[in-house]
Amino acid sequence: MAIYRSHVLVCGGTGCTSSKSVLIKERFEEKIKEINLDKEIQVVLTGCFGLCEQGPIVIVYPEGTFYSKMSLDRVDEIVSEHLNKGRIVKKYVYHETDEDTEKVKALADIDFYKKQKRVALRNCGVINPENINEYIARDGYLALGKVLTEMTPEEVIKLVKDSGLKGRGGAGFSTGMKWSFAAPNKADQKYVICNADEGDPGAFMDRSVLEGDPHAVLEAMAISGYAIGATKGFIYVRAEYPIAVHRLEIAIEQAKDLGLLGKNLFGSDFDFDVEIRLGAGAFVCGEETALMQSIEGYRGMSRNKPPFPAVKGLWGKPTIINNVETLANVPQIIINGPEWFKSFGTEKSPGTKVFALGGKINNTGLVEVPMGTTLREVIYDIGGGCPNGRAFKAVQTGGPSGGCLVKDHLDTEIDYDNLTALGSMMGSGGMIVMDEDNCMVDIARFFLDFTVDESCGKCTPCREGTKRMLEILDKISEGKGTMEDLDRLENLAQTIKDTALCGLGQTAPNPVLSTIRYFKDEYLAHIVDKTCPAGVCKKLLKYNITADCKGCTKCARICPVGAITGKVKELHVIDQNKCIKCGACMDACSFHAIIRK
Amino acid sequence: MKSLEELKKLREESIKNLEMRNTEKNIRVVVGMATCGIAAGARPVLNTLVEEVAMRNLNDVQVAQTGCIGMCTLEPIVEIYEPDKEKVTYINVNSDKAKRIVAEHIVNGNIVREFTIGASDN
Repeated sequence: MAIYRSHVLVCGGTGCTSSKSVLIKERFEEKIKEINLDKEIQVVLTGCFGLCEQGPIVIVYPEGTFYSKMSLDRVDEIVSEHLNKGRIVKKYVYHETDEDTEKVKALADIDFYKKQKRVALRNCGVINPENINEYIARDGYLALGKVLTEMTPEEVIKLVKDSGLKGRGGAGFSTGMKWSFAAPNKADQKYVICNADEGDPGAFMDRSVLEGDPHAVLEAMAISGYAIGATKGFIYVRAEYPIAVHRLEIAIEQAKDLGLLGKNLFGSDFDFDVEIRLGAGAFVCGEETALMQSIEGYRGMSRNKPPFPAVKGLWGKPTIINNVETLANVPQIIINGPEWFKSFGTEKSPGTKVFALGGKINNTGLVEVPMGTTLREVIYDIGGGCPNGRAFKAVQTGGPSGGCLVKDHLDTEIDYDNLTALGSMMGSGGMIVMDEDNCMVDIARFFLDFTVDESCGKCTPCREGTKRMLEILDKISEGKGTMEDLDRLENLAQTIKDTALCGLGQTAPNPVLSTIRYFKDEYLAHIVDKTCPAGVCKKLLKYNITADCKGCTKCARICPVGAITGKVKELHVIDQNKCIKCGACMDACSFHAIIRK
Repeated sequence: MKSLEELKKLREESIKNLEMRNTEKNIRVVVGMATCGIAAGARPVLNTLVEEVAMRNLNDVQVAQTGCIGMCTLEPIVEIYEPDKEKVTYINVNSDKAKRIVAEHIVNGNIVREFTIGASDN
């Protein structure tokens, strides 16, 4: 195998790909070839580095130089200066690694990575996900080999149980327990399913694992197959993740070629095969019974449990369904043992959790921290706080099924129990940060609007109930709400929680309940005072021109509905009946003479 | 894949390429690769060092390039940094000298005095 003296790692996650990282990789290859260094320098497309805000990201080894916000013309300079002449191009290096002029700071020491512990993401941004050899070099498939040659299925289940690993998809059920329910059931065929139907708005943990380390998921599926006696696995992934699907296809092909999937793995009599099933992106298909319906070719609708999938699952056969991130932990647990896994996190929630940081936060991206890390550490130390000096207001965890956490909760240690106690939930790991410019009624409306769209329509509480809730919220945000509406909203929410068929409906009212719980004053402002304190709900806004107006006529010319009148050099006026509250005038005014209330 | 041994063999072969991406190494070998260094023949020196380190599985050694060290007439220059030891500077290095530096200095811990900048002063 050829030895290269330098490696250029270019992020190939969806985030950086959308800002043209693939072209950047090609440009590197082209420029390196031009100066005949292509035998000395290897260019590799990897998975997500996590700091998506600074993308496209390029890391150059052996130095570990972290170039951020790359562009095509920067490539040329880096090739001629750094790769050819050994001079790191400091002006393009991520600012934090460059503060000390003497030496470029190591990646692991910058604030964004310092508090992280990468287990599920250990290979993301380190290996080329399209090259199985690089996965194997990082101990890949060693766990599968160990399990098949040295352990009985019972021992595997016991080990996973002992580790305390809980499902990372949302509910947090013990993975080992789940496996142990399916193992004793006799059947001619059993199945394992990887649930990669990540649907929460703003969540991209599973996508990044699949894109950055697809073999880890395949290996774990084979291990779980051996543990419960299944020989067939399905990965249910949404078609809107084309890069993840493509890399999974390559990974499955490579694993088959090396005999790491297929028949008689590691000389044992265990066979295992994996197929990909594409979902059309319905949120409800992340619910396990609906997911199985979809794999079977039916419309994705959930059904009653029991029977649980472990008893009667895919095509009526015993089936276990695990989330992507859960699976990505499994090979590590097998190799390093349950005690190692329990050395991170809290007693009740061992291990780490990946979060997708989004919304009003400086370092948008993917982070993995030990359970028990506080919200403050994640949002401020790692995430860098809210941009433009705005004040933090709340963070939504658990997406449309979760709730918001507020300032007083910042020092809460993140684990399953703590978040549930505060009326939110861990969920799959989306964290949407909101600042003082976000209206909480509007946020609740946004998530509810999402669940109304995504309800499968099978049960009445979810189909009708969430729709009625949304109508009430619409009313409130238009300033037409009454105090009775608020009571009705809470009443309806509780009824839906108690009676809906599946998790989607049962959790759909959560964002409304939690915003009412923590931001009742904002609801009251909308209902009683008919104002939106954050200035978001359009129907409650009023644009007015102050005495600072110089009469330049700019606003009158820009107003799309001709609502502004006034003569040159005289105070202008907005006709409130005509105004559509688009805000164009406010943006256009050079004298800050237009205010929004 | 028929056995765990087969997998481990493949792992050993594959691991060499990935060693490059490990930045937590104690020994740093730095080659001056500015225009002066390249003109004096630093590129084959750098590649020899990389190959030798990989061939001998010296996992604690990082071979990196740097810019002009400042003594252009003495290029190619190779500097070796070890924790708690003084930096050693080798001058006028070529591929053969590079091989000896790896074998004697890095593997056996004996500085090759005759190639160092100190030797040329005397």
